[in-house]
Amino acid sequence: MKKEIPLLITAIFGSFMIVDYFVPHPAVSLVGETLQQWAIIVISFSYVLGVANIARINGQKISKRSKDWPFAVPLLIGLAFMLGAGIFGGIGEGTLFNDFFLYAYTPMSGTMFSLLAFFIASAAFRSFRVRTVEAGLLAAAAIIVMLGRVPVGAEIWDKLPAVSDWINNVPQMAAKRAIMIGASLGAISTGLKVILGLERNYLGGE
Amino acid sequence: MEKFDRRYIFLAILLLVLVPLLFPLGLPIRVSHEVQSAYDAVARVPDGSKVYFAADYDPATMPELHPMALAALDQLFSKNCKVIGACLWPACPPLLEDAFRRIGEERYGKKYGVDFVNLGYKPGNEVAIVSVGRSIRATFPTDFYGTPIDSIEVMKGVDSITGLAILVNISAGYPGTKEWVQQVQSRYHIELVAGCTAVSTPEYYPYFQSGQLVGLIGGMAGAAEYEKLVKRPGTASRGMDAQSLGHLALIAFIVLGNVVYFTSKKKTP
Amino acid sequence: MRSTKAIVLFSASFLLLACGLVLTAAAQESAPAPTVPSEGPVRWFDLQRLNIAIVVAVFFILVLVFIRQAAKGASFFIRKIAGLDAIEEAIGRATEMGKPVLYVPGIDDVNNIQTIYSMVILGNVAKLVARYETPLIVPVCRAFVVPLAEETVKQGYLDAGHPEAYNPNNIRYLSDEQFAFTAGVDGIMLREKPAANLFLGSFFAESLVLAETGFSTGAIQIAGTANIHQLPFFVVACDYTLIGEEFFAATAYLSREAKLVGTLRGSDWMKIILIAAIVTGAVLETFGVTAFTRWFTVQ
Repeated sequence: MKKEIPLLITAIFGSFMIVDYFVPHPAVSLVGETLQQWAIIVISFSYVLGVANIARINGQKISKRSKDWPFAVPLLIGLAFMLGAGIFGGIGEGTLFNDFFLYAYTPMSGTMFSLLAFFIASAAFRSFRVRTVEAGLLAAAAIIVMLGRVPVGAEIWDKLPAVSDWINNVPQMAAKRAIMIGASLGAISTGLKVILGLERNYLGGE
Repeated sequence: MEKFDRRYIFLAILLLVLVPLLFPLGLPIRVSHEVQSAYDAVARVPDGSKVYFAADYDPATMPELHPMALAALDQLFSKNCKVIGACLWPACPPLLEDAFRRIGEERYGKKYGVDFVNLGYKPGNEVAIVSVGRSIRATFPTDFYGTPIDSIEVMKGVDSITGLAILVNISAGYPGTKEWVQQVQSRYHIELVAGCTAVSTPEYYPYFQSGQLVGLIGGMAGAAEYEKLVKRPGTASRGMDAQSLGHLALIAFIVLGNVVYFTSKKKTP
Repeated sequence: MRSTKAIVLFSASFLLLACGLVLTAAAQESAPAPTVPSEGPVRWFDLQRLNIAIVVAVFFILVLVFIRQAAKGASFFIRKIAGLDAIEEAIGRATEMGKPVLYVPGIDDVNNIQTIYSMVILGNVAKLVARYETPLIVPVCRAFVVPLAEETVKQGYLDAGHPEAYNPNNIRYLSDEQFAFTAGVDGIMLREKPAANLFLGSFFAESLVLAETGFSTGAIQIAGTANIHQLPFFVVACDYTLIGEEFFAATAYLSREAKLVGTLRGSDWMKIILIAAIVTGAVLETFGVTAFTRWFTVQ
């Protein structure tokens, strides 16, 4: 029964959502809309679960003095602080929560994302080797597109942006479409397997 | 090659990006067809129309996406459009609030609740998107501040997305533009203009070519082009000089890497 | 007995659904009614979506036919996927070096198909590491994925006959935030120096940060994702990359289970049909015949 009930729920609700796409009858739309509201509510609970998990795991780390436990202390302090600031102080402009969000969290987040610029440069230097004709074509296309997308490209050669656009709109798009179709078919077949109960690994062990 | 300290590469990138930010080169910005289409699509919206602004990004992608959000809101508010904003990313509502304040309130003197509203964040990814398509009211019973939307003037008469003039989506990934195309644009055929990160842009070209997207603003370059069209240069325009030198640096590293590789290959047969 | 159970379950589910709907309808009495576009008489099928229904039906029939054939014993060929073959090699390397294996199942939630597939591959990896008695670290980005990962790894150790070796502290929920999670994983890589990094699932901007940090520690890296915009970063920084649907083929490839291989075959045949349709459409369009292409338009 532990597996049969989730499989049945998956089969019924999954099939219904497919039917909902093709059947415009108000009765079907009403049920579909209700199911969507239920799904949003269930997904919202994942945030409660997330906070509880963070607190549990890091609390255990501190109490057992596990490896790297000092890092768990500022994590829990930060969690409690932002929760408290948001709940008791509000989240609008000028509140403590908003100030910490804009002046602490936002720059830290942006900094992590900006690391990509450095990593791309080192990856390009290390890995981009023109060992074959195909790799050479790839390097040439990459250089043209990189220059074509920025103002300096048009300064070097005024036709460069047009060549870059052609590479983006023709060969690149063709390859992208092919991969998208393949990946989409893979996703659809997986969805079908999950609905039919052929794919059960998401339910965990026996 | 393996022994080369990559921190020298990091230092080179840092200098080549930092210097043009401090001493701008003023390279001219060329507007691409995709961004021009986005601008034209918004320009076709009748003045005073109600529009849906889907802000789906977070602070990490702010440098790329916030400028295009500001530019899009600039164009919408210049046409006195009523903007209904909402987010599918939990960290986005304060950013949307910042954009509304800077452009709506400070630049155009617009009033919250009358000219624009921030409906806040809704979890659920595609489920939330489908729900928005069906009924914005049912999906967002209150706004970001907990005010019932029945008491918000700009939401009067608004329910399904089909009642709105256009959907502008600024997206950093998932859920984002692809999901809006799949779940809303394909069902309700509302005009959809999308702004996204540079790395995601190639993925959306097929949607632009097929007409499912009427405009596509890609990365900081796209944001700079849009700023040029709305005649308000901002952080994206200032960043293009740095991006130009950054790209030149990458090309130099690729060439240098290959030169070192081939010369060392010759030395060791 | 089984069919009785199924009928009881089926009926109970419908009863539950009906109760839920009644309660929801009662709660919604005072709320504004949902808008349903009224375009004339009520229809039971949207004819404008007939083309999608036909294509989906053809795909479903193909998949079911090949599953049936596979169940009857038909053998279908799957080409070699280097990335999946390399997983055992990577785990062996980690065992020799006495270092752990790091498995990152992506940053998306359990409702993403890629996360589900990642759990399947994780189960196979857990069986292998249990056999070699190598530590397996699984940092997780979403709360709902934690119990799934725990169950999957525990089952893997159980299947390998080493349930006592399972360490629940190695399934680590770090953060929901993308870059906070990335920073956490980078910290694990730099401190614990795993010898093998497996990035299999849904990844976004953090892919290059993870892969480059892993490269700097000297680990062998295998990545796989269906997020095509991240593939270039993995290809550049990892030793092996599963591209697009190679990742979805993983379950069939690793288990060789008849039903899964049959599904793969069905997908391949659907691709052949779509290729034929594209070529036909392109030729007809070239000669000015647009009806065929217009039939495929989504209304």
